[in-house]
Amino acid sequence: MTVSLPDRRGRYGEFGGRFAPETLMPALLELESVFEEAWGDEAFVGEYHRILADFVGRPTPIYEASNLSKELGVRLLLKREDLNHTGAHKINNTIGHGLLAKRMGKPRIIAETGAGQHGVASATAAALLGLECEVFMGVKDIERQALNVYRMELLGTRVVPVSSGAGTLKDAVSEAMRSWVSTVNTTHYMIGSVVGPHPFPLIVREFQKVIGEELLSQMGEERPDVVVACVGGGSNAMGVFYPLIDSGIELIGVEAGGLGTETLAHGASLSLGRPGVLHGSMTYMLQDEEGQVREAHSISAGLDYPGVGPEHAYFKDKGLVRYETATDAEALDAFAWLSRKEGIIPALESAHALAWIRREAASLAGKTVVLNLSGRGDKDVQQVAALGV
Amino acid sequence: MFSRWPHLGFNGLKEAFASARAEGRAVFMPFLTAGLPSIETSVDRFVAMAAAGADAFEVGIPYADPLMDGPTIQKASELARERGMTMSLGIDLVRSVASETDKPVIVMTYVNPVLSMGIDHFMGSVATAGAAGVIIADLPFEESAPFSAAAAGHDIGLALFVAPTTPEQRVREIAASNPAFIYGVAEMGVTGERADAGHHIDALIRLVRSISQVPIVLGVGISTPDQAAEAAKLADGVIVGSAIVRIVLEQPDDLEALTTTVSSLAAAVHG
Ligand SMILES: Cc1ncc(COP(=O)(O)O)c(C=O)c1O
Repeated sequence: MTVSLPDRRGRYGEFGGRFAPETLMPALLELESVFEEAWGDEAFVGEYHRILADFVGRPTPIYEASNLSKELGVRLLLKREDLNHTGAHKINNTIGHGLLAKRMGKPRIIAETGAGQHGVASATAAALLGLECEVFMGVKDIERQALNVYRMELLGTRVVPVSSGAGTLKDAVSEAMRSWVSTVNTTHYMIGSVVGPHPFPLIVREFQKVIGEELLSQMGEERPDVVVACVGGGSNAMGVFYPLIDSGIELIGVEAGGLGTETLAHGASLSLGRPGVLHGSMTYMLQDEEGQVREAHSISAGLDYPGVGPEHAYFKDKGLVRYETATDAEALDAFAWLSRKEGIIPALESAHALAWIRREAASLAGKTVVLNLSGRGDKDVQQVAALGV
Repeated sequence: MFSRWPHLGFNGLKEAFASARAEGRAVFMPFLTAGLPSIETSVDRFVAMAAAGADAFEVGIPYADPLMDGPTIQKASELARERGMTMSLGIDLVRSVASETDKPVIVMTYVNPVLSMGIDHFMGSVATAGAAGVIIADLPFEESAPFSAAAAGHDIGLALFVAPTTPEQRVREIAASNPAFIYGVAEMGVTGERADAGHHIDALIRLVRSISQVPIVLGVGISTPDQAAEAAKLADGVIVGSAIVRIVLEQPDDLEALTTTVSSLAAAVHG
C-alpha cells in the first residue's frame, strides 16, 4: 500500500474520526489497542483463519458464469461469498469480532442488522464462541426478512425490534449504539459494516480483506480488468477492493438507486449525498439542507442506509473507486436473471452489482469482470415472491 | 444587543455558577426540546419554568438521529420536527428565551446540524441570539478543537463531557484543556428517567474539583427531586431533561403541571 490509513485519529483524509458520546470513548480507545495487538498476534490471526477455513468454508470459489458471459460478451467471474456458512460475507467479520470480545473478556455482544445477514452471522459467531447475543433490527426489516429473524432465534439470539425512524438499518444502528452506551463495560458492539466511529471501519476492513487477498491468489498471474461490488455500508466492497486499491484494476461500487436517483427514494450516499457525521464518522451521507439525516430507500434491506463507510468516501474523493447506482427494478431483474441462467439465487444486495454489469455490458465487452457475489438470496425469496416477480 | 440584557451570554452563565458557588448551592437547568408543545408556545414554557425557579436553560434543537437520547426525548424531537421546528426557528427561540427570561441559555444539539451550517456560522448565530453556551451530545474531547475555538471566538462556552467510564488520566486531560464547563454524565446510558439515582460519577467529579475551577453540571438520568438534590451536592449545575419533556408531551396544555414539577426540582437543587 502506498498509504497507511487511517491515521492515529482514525481519519481517512478528512473522513472518519470518532464522533461518539464520551461514555463510549474509553471502550473505543481500548478496542483500538486490543485490536492492534490481536492483529499482530500470530495465535489470534491463526485462530481467525482456522475458523474461516473449517467452520465458514473459506476460501470461497471463483466461478466462471459462462451462460451470463456468453449473453453479455464479457468474461464474468463470480467471487462466491454466498457460499460462506450462513450465506454472506458478513461472517468473516463476526468471527473476528467474536474472538476480540473473548480477548477483552466481554461475555456479551450486541449487533444491528438490516437484511438479517449480519444478525445471523453475529448469532452464529456467538453460538460458536459461547457469547450472549442481542440483535437490533428495524420493524420494517423484521417484516421483509422474517426468515432471518427466525434463524437468529434458533441460534439463541434475542432479536430486539426497533420502531424509531423508518424502522430500518439506520435506526437499528442508532439503537444498538444507545444500548451500548449503557452496557459498554460488559458488552462488545459487533458492528456489521465498515461504518461507525474509529476503530470500527478499520477493524471491519481488516476482517473482510480476506476476500480481495483470496481473489488475488486464486487468479495467480492473471488480473481482472474490473471488479464490481454492491455498497451498503460498504464492507463486502471494502473487503474485495482494499487489497486491489493500487493494482490498476478498475473498481466499481454500486449503490442502491432505489426508485431512481432523480427521486429522494434511494440509498446512494456516495453518489448523491454530501459529507457529514453519521453514526460516529465523517462520511458522505443523505441529509437535508439543515443537516438532518434523511431516510434512505432500497428494495434490499442491506443497502437501505443513508451513510457509507468513511474509507469509501476517501476512495471516492481520491478517484480510487468509481461509485455507480442500480435501481430496485434493475436489481430485481438481475436477481431473476442470475437465478434462471446460472442456478444461483443472489442476495438482492449483490443483484445491484450484477445489474450494473448488465447495463454496462457494451462498455465492458471483452473484459474480464469479477462480481463480488456478497450473499445468497434465500432470505429474499419471500419478499420477491410477494412482489410477484 | 448584549447591553440590553446584561446577564445574557457566557458571562451570565459564569456569573450564575460563581454566585451559586458563593452561596453554596447549585444552578438548576431544565431541558426542553425547542418547538414543544408548539413552535409558538415553546417560549411560554421557558418563561413559566423561569418563574418556577429555573436558573438557566438547555434548549434542545431536535435532530433526526439523536444517538444520546432515550425514548422520551426521541419522541419529543420527532414531534417538534413534525411541527416544523428547524435550526433557524430554534435559534429564534433561543433569542426569545434569553430576552424574555433574562437567564443563561445553553443550546443542545448534535454534530451534524452544526457542520451543515458551518461551525463558525453556527457559533456566531447562537451567540448573537444571546446563548451562553453549547452542548454537542456526540462530540468527544478528541474531535472538539475546531468547535471550542469557534465558540471561544464568539465568546460562548462549549461543554466537554466526563462519563462514568472516563478513566482518571482522561479526566485530567479534559479538565486541563480548560473547557467552558464540564457536562458530567451522571448515569451509564442515554437520556431518560431512572428509578435508582446512581453515584457512578462522584469520584470523577471530585477529581475535577481537586484539579480545576471548571464548573461542572450533571445530567442524564436525573429526574426526581431526590436525585436532583443528590446531584446538587456535588455539582455546580443540575440538568433535568426527560422528566420535564415527558410532562410537556403528556400534558401539553397544563402549565401548572410543568411549574409544579419545576418548582419541586428547583427547590431540591437549591437545597
Ligand atoms: C448479502 C449482502 N450484501 C451486501 C450487504 C451490504 O453491506 P455491505 O455494504 O457492508 O457489504 C448486505 C447487508 O446486509 C448483505 O447481506
